[in-house]
Amino acid sequence: MSPSIPLQEMIRAIRSARTQCEERGVIQRECAAIRAQFRQSDNGSRSHNLAKLLYVHMLGYPAHFGQMECVRMIASSRYSEKRVGYLGAMMLLDEKQDASLLITNSIKNDLSHSNQYVQSLALCTLACMGSAEMCRDLAPEIDRLLRASNSYIKKKAALCAVHIVRKVQDLGELFAPAARSLLAEKNHGVLHGAVILITDGVCFVLCMFQTVPELVQIMRSLTVSGYSPEHDVAGVSDPFLQVRILRLLRILGRHCETASDAMNDLLAQVATNTDSTKTVGNAVLYETVLTVLDIKSESGLRVLAVNILGRFLLNNDRNIRYIAMTSLQKIVNTDHNAVQRHRGTIVDCLKDHDASVKRRALELSLALVSASNIRSMMKELLLFLSSCPPELRSHTASGIFTAAERYAPSQRWHIDTMLHVLTTAGGDVRDETVPNLIQLITNTSELHCYTVHKLYRALLTDISQQPLVQVACWCIGEYGDLLLRGECQETEPVQVSEDDVLDALETVLQSHMSSPATRAFALTATMKLSTRITDNVELMFKIFKTGSGIQLRKFMIFFLLFLKNVLSPSVLRAAVLERMPVIEKNSGQSNGESAGAKTEPKIMVKPGETSPPQQPVNQVCDLLDLLGGSEGPAQPNPAQSTTAAGLTMNTSSAAGGDLLDLLGGFQPTPTLSVYEKNGVNLTLQYERQSDAVLTVTLTACNSTDSDISSFSLQAAVPKVCPQRRPSPHHRSVESGRRGDLDLSQSSSASLFTAFHPCPIQVHLKMRIRISYTVQGSAFQDMVQVDSFQGL
Amino acid sequence: MIRFILIQNRAGKTRLAKWYMQFDDDEKQKLIEEVHAVVTVRDAKHTNFVEFRNFKIIYRRYAGLYFCICVDVTDNNLAYLEGIHNFVEVLNEYFHNVCELDLVFNFYKVYTVVDEMFLAGEIRETSQTKDS
Repeated sequence: MSPSIPLQEMIRAIRSARTQCEERGVIQRECAAIRAQFRQSDNGSRSHNLAKLLYVHMLGYPAHFGQMECVRMIASSRYSEKRVGYLGAMMLLDEKQDASLLITNSIKNDLSHSNQYVQSLALCTLACMGSAEMCRDLAPEIDRLLRASNSYIKKKAALCAVHIVRKVQDLGELFAPAARSLLAEKNHGVLHGAVILITDGVCFVLCMFQTVPELVQIMRSLTVSGYSPEHDVAGVSDPFLQVRILRLLRILGRHCETASDAMNDLLAQVATNTDSTKTVGNAVLYETVLTVLDIKSESGLRVLAVNILGRFLLNNDRNIRYIAMTSLQKIVNTDHNAVQRHRGTIVDCLKDHDASVKRRALELSLALVSASNIRSMMKELLLFLSSCPPELRSHTASGIFTAAERYAPSQRWHIDTMLHVLTTAGGDVRDETVPNLIQLITNTSELHCYTVHKLYRALLTDISQQPLVQVACWCIGEYGDLLLRGECQETEPVQVSEDDVLDALETVLQSHMSSPATRAFALTATMKLSTRITDNVELMFKIFKTGSGIQLRKFMIFFLLFLKNVLSPSVLRAAVLERMPVIEKNSGQSNGESAGAKTEPKIMVKPGETSPPQQPVNQVCDLLDLLGGSEGPAQPNPAQSTTAAGLTMNTSSAAGGDLLDLLGGFQPTPTLSVYEKNGVNLTLQYERQSDAVLTVTLTACNSTDSDISSFSLQAAVPKVCPQRRPSPHHRSVESGRRGDLDLSQSSSASLFTAFHPCPIQVHLKMRIRISYTVQGSAFQDMVQVDSFQGL
Repeated sequence: MIRFILIQNRAGKTRLAKWYMQFDDDEKQKLIEEVHAVVTVRDAKHTNFVEFRNFKIIYRRYAGLYFCICVDVTDNNLAYLEGIHNFVEVLNEYFHNVCELDLVFNFYKVYTVVDEMFLAGEIRETSQTKDS
């Protein structure tokens, strides 16, 4: 076994090892020697051995076997061993290790040691790695030290108390009186510790609000008088203490008027007197600004604070610009005008090299966009978008969209901007931009020609940006005829032929860069073009035979059949593939919006698909069936293949809601299904016509195969609501039909209508008795409706 | 509150690691590597502040060593920047023109200095005179 070498030698040996393997070899030998030495409990060189072990640990090698040695050395009486022992404890032990509990007693003894350095070691270790139990045990000791000892120990004890309070919140009250008394100390270190203790630990204790005058006094003495050379940093006396006091004042004054008043003068003084040429001065100024903005300060002071931030923005030092922007972000909503003054500088920061500065500048710029500066800001933002780092692109794009939506000076500008964004950063925009843009385009009917020309040109240049391609396909599908017209007021005329258009769509379909959604768009667009620009069915077929994917194949088969098999092709097809109506903006309906784009191709053909080639009379009923979502007997459609019908069934329920939105004529009133038995469904719809009148409609539906006869209905409401109603009709409800669904309450076709002059406050109840005969047997039932939701 | 203090050289070797928060050993190793990766790619054109997980790192480069302090997001950046400078000045005083090798061979003394100046995650000593 080689003799143990001194620490310096070992370090030199490790450093001179040329490869990782050699180094490991040296370390393993040393660790073996150290382990052997530990076992021997050799008195002389224990500290050296442990120091060596700690060095090895710093390099990243395991050193757990030293933990017990640390514990033993802490308990020894020699200072050098204690020192290394405590250092080892701080490096090797932490709360999770069991060995840490063993040192609690040693620490306790050392805290009352005569030598202050030993005491300080113990305090330090406790503050570094003290667990909650240790803290609880030793808290009274710390409290004692806080009161009666010299300032060297008090400093450390104060921070140790901070650690204890962070670990165990309840002990905060224990230290409160001691903390208060410490504020009267002269020693800066002690003051510092006391301020931190109050900030982190005990500021919630009520008596702390009375410390505000004391703190103000201390600050004043720091800033105005007292040049103490040992605490001076570049001309500012003890900036660290100043910063901490300001922070504490911020917390105390946050919700308290009186405290804020007491600090106003001081803050103004600090803000004006502090030298801002060096970083230290700026640090203090920054903290002052944060405090002013957080407490209930008077407006003059706030203006001063914002001006300081403005000055920071013009500073050459990037750090200071960065923190200025961080703070401005917080107040941009409340003090908007003040921040607007610095718009130019902020926009310049967009071009900075540092990515975090760019991000701050971007967020501030987006917050500062307003109706008056939208054009110039947008130019800057678009320029930024083309050169910004990729992680900021989607944020920028969505910010631009929101700003454009809110403040667009003209429709054309809006469309131009959105197109620009799509061409620059198309891949990073969010999903709902495509339907939003489509909705915007349909709303501006005078610009359809211009838009479709621009989009066509964009499509020709680049088909990799999916959102752009989707919008372009949609527009070409809708406004293809305008494209062929060739001349357009806003752009230069260009001759586009049918084949060009179809070729463009075919390229999109075939390209490997197109996602399935894009291909669906292209397919539907081609479909729509069959009525608009050409009747060339064979050309369509050729296109439809290309493309891949199960979902798309379903579409394609379906489109093909639609083209071939619909009996009166031109009329019906034209009706089905008509121009889309202007889409209403549905802000709250996320599934309506986001599904809207993708299910549009499916919605479009549904009215066509479900209308059977036979009686057009049935169309209305079937449409209504679809709306109601009833699973009623599906009209057999001999002309359509089963796959197509399957497609409808799948999508009807999902898109039923969308269909409602699209047709837009129906306001869904709240419905209540009150009775469902024996094939009779009774639903109730109520609507408040005015403050005093409530209209209730009862509808009965028969879903059995046979007729129901002798149907009678009676309803009663509480006497508080007088009602008038026509006498209920006795009707036979035939099978397969709804009993005269009528939402307008004007005709007598409804089964039962009651007008209740019913003031709002009255809680409406209704009892309904129905009797009917079905398949020869008579039924009689009574239903009570207790609550009408939404009233 | 300071979460940890790291002194690393450009190659990634740790010269000092002081933790004020509970981490496992492998977490500590990962943190060291991440901090090194984040800090060494930045040059003079960047700010001295980096957002790191849900904290932020305030760092400064002195010759071949990076002095990094990881603090909470709400702390005053400039004050900690000054704290780093204060600490380096004290080291300079203590070792008489300190260089990296001083930190290597006298690592336990460096720890003592750190413990004098920072405690429980806060700046403790603000004056530069040796015995206080």
